[in-house]
Amino acid sequence: MRGFLFCMFESCADPSSLTGLAWFACYLTNGKHLLFYQSFGTVLGLLALAAPLALLFGFAGALAKRSQIPGLRQIGQVYVAMVRGIPDVVFFLFVPLLIDQGIEVVRHYSLCESTGPIYQGNDFVVCDAAKMPLSSAEPWVHSLYGFALALAAYAIVFGAFAANTLDGALSAVPTAQLETARAYGMNARQSFVRIQLPQMWIYALPGLANLWQILIKATPLLFLLGIEDIVYWARELGGTKGSRFAYPHPDWRIYYFAALLVFYMIMTWGSEKVFNRLQVRMSVGQATLSGKGAAL
Amino acid sequence: MSCGQTLIDYGLRSFGIGERLLPKTDITFCEQFVLIGSGMLWNIYFAVCALALGFIFATVLALGKASSHPWAQKSAGGFIFFFRGTPLFIQFFFAYELFVQLPRNGFEFAFLGTDITVETRWLTKAWAGALVVLWLNTSAYTAQIFYGALRAVPAGDIEAAKAYGMTGAQRFRRIIWPNMLRLSWASYTNEAIFLFHATTLVFFSAFPAWRQQGDALYYASYFAEQTFNPFIPYPIVAFWFVLGTLVIIGLFGLVNARLNRHLPSAPKIRYRPRLIR
Repeated sequence: MRGFLFCMFESCADPSSLTGLAWFACYLTNGKHLLFYQSFGTVLGLLALAAPLALLFGFAGALAKRSQIPGLRQIGQVYVAMVRGIPDVVFFLFVPLLIDQGIEVVRHYSLCESTGPIYQGNDFVVCDAAKMPLSSAEPWVHSLYGFALALAAYAIVFGAFAANTLDGALSAVPTAQLETARAYGMNARQSFVRIQLPQMWIYALPGLANLWQILIKATPLLFLLGIEDIVYWARELGGTKGSRFAYPHPDWRIYYFAALLVFYMIMTWGSEKVFNRLQVRMSVGQATLSGKGAAL
Repeated sequence: MSCGQTLIDYGLRSFGIGERLLPKTDITFCEQFVLIGSGMLWNIYFAVCALALGFIFATVLALGKASSHPWAQKSAGGFIFFFRGTPLFIQFFFAYELFVQLPRNGFEFAFLGTDITVETRWLTKAWAGALVVLWLNTSAYTAQIFYGALRAVPAGDIEAAKAYGMTGAQRFRRIIWPNMLRLSWASYTNEAIFLFHATTLVFFSAFPAWRQQGDALYYASYFAEQTFNPFIPYPIVAFWFVLGTLVIIGLFGLVNARLNRHLPSAPKIRYRPRLIR
């Protein structure tokens, strides 16, 4: 890709001689901009991974909350309630730190020869072997680790919200359907898997669609976690570039942020269209107003 | 240093009253608790002002979107879509860059024969610039809620008002507006809570904290960095926010009871979390 672009713009070798459109064509295809475009991939990748993970966490949370086992039920309730009163941003800053330090503490006690105290006054000290990732690791390992921590934070926070939605949807399946299942001789497990679960989705869809939109809008928080995402590159590339740079320009951050706003508008607008279609398709044959084709 | 002294020194630190230097070594729990609480004053300021201003603007926007006038409908709809469709986080960045670009000396223009200078410097400061963003953002979300409620006002009520000979303005003030508020109040309570939570983004995104006078999260992250121990400051922030959330639920519950006082039992406000905007 990069080689191809350099071939395409051979004239880019000497940017100072360029003017007008040619300058812009070269500017927008230089190495740093390619990294900027790649960071959109990071965002989309996070969305693609965080959504199913959050759904998984949410499903586990909803099942725990509805469980008959006393201890498990309380865990589920606390998990869902925890995220309610506290701002998301606090969670996004706290959860990755918590996981990071947790892993290092465990590694400290299992890998280090001398296990001195970890919290020494204001310092957090673990031996070199317990560092995660090791300080000798390649840079990409560091960024991958950071990404994984961020992903965990998204999965946990959005999992709690998905748990709330799925719990509501499971309750929304008409009880008559479940009673019929029992009358047919299905046991609790069978009626859950065959009757309740398949019908739950249509009730969960509006809530999940809303969550997806929120997840999209939460992706810029990656920047707060120190990941080189689109916000990072927009700030980096947009800042004033003096004459010692190949492509000097004044402060253009406003245009870069405007581009990001457009990107997010397209994302949310497109998702809305997709979910509306999905809603229509999934409603077919369901025991809801839109499913029966009845007028309101 | 006793905790009472800490309270006097740092209680209003976030507004520049009291001790200027932040604690650097031997940070006590009391100092963390007081300073983060002091930062909460900013969160409360942003939330209260943005909600108060947003309430008025949202009513106008909702009426615009519900109107039959195509121009009003399009512009209100577009405004709402823009602010609801993009992350608040990036709106802050964009607004900050926009406000920085404004001319330093403000705009000068003649209006009705007198020269007027509009100062724009203060917009780059968080207290005004971030407030404008929060105000417009909550207006858009609230307008969408109000718009939904406007469409749900019982048609029979409006017909009855017409039959009584009420003028358009009377109908709005006595029938449509109270009904709209009543129907949307539960959702609006949630919006107020989310806005309150969203105020944490102000000092964390674009607007720089002036003289280290930041909000709760600003101080929390400062302590987390200084002590390498996030387990104390972040739960303190969480505590303050849970407290604030409970206060909002209480206050809005009172209004809810008043709005529904003609009904045998007021519909309960259910707190439905919606996370980030």
